[in-house]
Amino acid sequence: MVTLIAKRFGFMVFTMIVVSLILFILLETDLTGDPAIRVLGQFSNEEQRELWREKHGYNQPMLLRYVKWLGNFATGDLGESIRFKGPVADVMLPRLWNTAILGFWTFAIMIPLSLTLGVLSGMKEGSKLDRSISVFGILTTSVPEFASAVIFSALFVFTLKWLPGTSSMSGGFEFKQLILPALVLIVYDFGYVARMTRASMAEVMTSQYIRTAILKGLPYKSVIVKHALRNALIAPFTVIMLQINWLLSGVIVVEFFFAYKGFGALILEASLNNDIALLEACAMVAVCVAVTTQTLADIGYTFLNPRIRFS
Amino acid sequence: MNTDQEPILVCKDLCISYYTRAGEIPAVVDFSLTVLPGETIGIVGESGCGKSTVAMAIMQHMGANGGIKSGSITFKGRDLTQLSDDELRNIRGSEVAMIYQEPFASLNPSLKISTQLMEVPLAHEDISTEEARKRALQMLGDVKLPDPERIMEAYPHQLSGGQQQRVVIAMGLLSNPSLLLLDEPTTALDVTVEAGIVKLVADISKKYGTSQIYISHNLGLILETCDRVFVMYSGEVVEEGTINSLFTWPRHPYTHGLFACIPLPTADKHAAPLKPIRGQLPLPFERPQGCYYHPRCDHFKEGLCDVDHFKMEHVVDSAPDHRVRCLRYKEIDIRLQTGEGEKKEALELGERVLNVDKMKKYYEVRDNSLKALISGKRIRYVKANEELNFTAHEGETVAIVGESGCGKSTFAKVLMGLEKGTEGEVRHLGKDISDIAVRDRSPKEIASLQMVFQNPFDTLNPSHSIGGQISRVIKKFGVESDKAKIFNRVMKLLDIVKLPRDFYFRKPRQLSGGQKQRIGIARAFAGNPSMVIADEPVSALDVSVAAAVTELLMDIQREHKTTLLFISHDLSVVRYLSDRIVVMYLGHILERGTTEQIFAPPYQPYTEALLSAVPIADPEVTKREIVLEGNLPSAMKPPKGCPFCTRCHRRIGEICDNEPPPEQVVTDRHVIKCHISLEELKQVEHVIHVPDEAERLHARQSQ
Repeated sequence: MVTLIAKRFGFMVFTMIVVSLILFILLETDLTGDPAIRVLGQFSNEEQRELWREKHGYNQPMLLRYVKWLGNFATGDLGESIRFKGPVADVMLPRLWNTAILGFWTFAIMIPLSLTLGVLSGMKEGSKLDRSISVFGILTTSVPEFASAVIFSALFVFTLKWLPGTSSMSGGFEFKQLILPALVLIVYDFGYVARMTRASMAEVMTSQYIRTAILKGLPYKSVIVKHALRNALIAPFTVIMLQINWLLSGVIVVEFFFAYKGFGALILEASLNNDIALLEACAMVAVCVAVTTQTLADIGYTFLNPRIRFS
Repeated sequence: MNTDQEPILVCKDLCISYYTRAGEIPAVVDFSLTVLPGETIGIVGESGCGKSTVAMAIMQHMGANGGIKSGSITFKGRDLTQLSDDELRNIRGSEVAMIYQEPFASLNPSLKISTQLMEVPLAHEDISTEEARKRALQMLGDVKLPDPERIMEAYPHQLSGGQQQRVVIAMGLLSNPSLLLLDEPTTALDVTVEAGIVKLVADISKKYGTSQIYISHNLGLILETCDRVFVMYSGEVVEEGTINSLFTWPRHPYTHGLFACIPLPTADKHAAPLKPIRGQLPLPFERPQGCYYHPRCDHFKEGLCDVDHFKMEHVVDSAPDHRVRCLRYKEIDIRLQTGEGEKKEALELGERVLNVDKMKKYYEVRDNSLKALISGKRIRYVKANEELNFTAHEGETVAIVGESGCGKSTFAKVLMGLEKGTEGEVRHLGKDISDIAVRDRSPKEIASLQMVFQNPFDTLNPSHSIGGQISRVIKKFGVESDKAKIFNRVMKLLDIVKLPRDFYFRKPRQLSGGQKQRIGIARAFAGNPSMVIADEPVSALDVSVAAAVTELLMDIQREHKTTLLFISHDLSVVRYLSDRIVVMYLGHILERGTTEQIFAPPYQPYTEALLSAVPIADPEVTKREIVLEGNLPSAMKPPKGCPFCTRCHRRIGEICDNEPPPEQVVTDRHVIKCHISLEELKQVEHVIHVPDEAERLHARQSQ
């Protein structure tokens, strides 16, 4: 177990270094165009660019620059954002926090809902309940976020006038503004997780040990809760962990649509404005989250599955 | 047993059907059965005959599309078919318990054994957790599991197959049921483990007075465990009776056909070949008019057997409960037909084809745990084969016998070039092939050494036609290159394996298991091999099909003078068809010699135990009982001395644990590896005692 964690951790660090190298080569070298032009704009003159390069150390050898850059990153100095005129960290952290809030509420509702419905439909494959849940799941998943965002806005904002149409939180945090973006995300992702859970549950229900449990004369509730659930939830657990990634950077459309000041919207803004330092920091954070959730998924999987844990 | 006793279970005129889109499929028809307290009933038949359906019907667990069409199942006076879910739940597990074919699949992989055991009494009785735990521990001891405390805390995958089955049995017995259903409880286990389980089951029924219904395809096991037996064919019982009456005087042609399909210890492959039942089991919706067996029956009489469906009938001059479903049983004298099969000639042995000399195969295993990392012992060896020595001649059948994990399949892999030998030589036709991978062998070398695999269901590519698959082999081996000639060769091969020629165009899914295995044999013989390795070629097939495939394999061998290396765990088949036997245990050859030498003293103690474990379907054959204790040691940590010392019933002392046993030559090519002196081993009695023909019951009867 200790070796597994150590190994996964080593792999995590390795991935991050590789990604950082790719990022550095793409954004900080001349390979994809002069960084000075990227920052100062194409109407700057050569003199200004040279001054900028000198000031920011771009005339030093590349390897040295990479090491310095990486060192700064590791010590928390993420550079200056050109767009927001301030340290990257000050810009990014509140945005990250906002997305975390959105993600938390999405998960808090989506996971219990999809697991429950998935288990219910997987318990009796082919039953009426199973079919209705499956059809509903396919329906919601097949409507893309931008479409459902429009539909929900039309319904709740313009027709019923229950909810605000933007979620910029300009007057401080307001829970009401969170509802629509979260709803769009829940509806989109629910079908996927529910279907995974359903497939896993249905497979477990046909297994021989469930037959054993039934023929032991256990109450049906105990068969499901004690024998089926634990095995059926192993596969969805991995899927759920991977959804965290998606929530971090895959929510650009939703955040943009509702003008929610989150991480996804920040990435979009950074890339539209050639804000290199900000973009680099966002990319590193996204990678970091991706690798961490992967690792957690792997370790969690071994914990849930005693066959891997004790062998 | 007292016939006045109230029966535990009565099935009366039971008809069970499955309802599918294609319509109603009758799985079991007209089934009647009475189980008395303490009685063990055997249900025997081939796959698809409805024996498991009966068990599931008794448990009332039929799935969504199965149902009882008519008849009743009365358990202790209550009709199970009429009970509500709650009432059923109270009976299941506490009054009727079941034991399954695959112990591993029937235990929940993510719950500890203790949880799975304790919940049985907790669900059915009003007792405390401590009490349940005490009961579970006691029961684990009763099913003879060593160290019950440790087993309680283990997960299923940490136990061996035999231990798992003992746990499942313990689980079934925990609430002291009055009826135990056993559905092929030992089919997935090794022979010596099987012997232990069979003994345990018999002890239990004695100790607790539990009635049992024992379902099996193996007539020998039924004989060892049961009081009465029901033979099923295509959804109906064709014959029932006590073990004695039915095994001594089988009356139904199908029962007799089954007996003719299993090699008895008296059978000789040349003088009395197996007599397979011709044709195939009809599908449930294709059952013929009248007697279901008539298209395959040798005693079929037109206008009598194919008109009406008829009932079971009491056999006139036999025990009161011997009944048979045959109109002509009186006219058929089955005894007159035994030993009447065609005789086949023995082959002359030719040149030496295979010579295995001190062959070793070690696997490297990397241990990635922190402990191994610190101590520096990262690479360990699994000693799959340790100094194998033996030879095989042209036209000879050499059997390699041993339980799972003994290294027999590893040896086959080295022969085929799928693995490389670590040391020593394997000479095939004079050339050392132990370290030539199959990719580096010439097509001719590959063609001359071929294999028939265990599971015919997975070895054919499902998306290619049969003809295409065989043609490809012929082309690859360079036997023929012209298209027309290849086609002719495929036709000839289909003739050889006795399949219709239009199978050329069929896809594997259209074939039955036996037919698939015939294709597997045709494929192996496509390049005129000098040697064929058959890895358990019939163990996945039904008895009657297995007999046909075995005979076919031997006919082809006779014709082509092929050397056959037969890998098997089934000693009765091995006894029947092989000339020489190699007994393996944990990678070592413990004994090798001709079939007669292996089956007679002196025995290596492991051979002795193996022989004792073979179930024999003949009530007049007696056996000495030797039940091995303990598990097969891990190949990573084999015992220092004799590999068998941990389980040996003749262990003589520390020498067995510490020193590897010497090879003792009894006669030429009969070698025993043991510390016990040959003189002493020669004193040992025969394990299997077969009565002479004159001593036989029916011989005495007719005098």
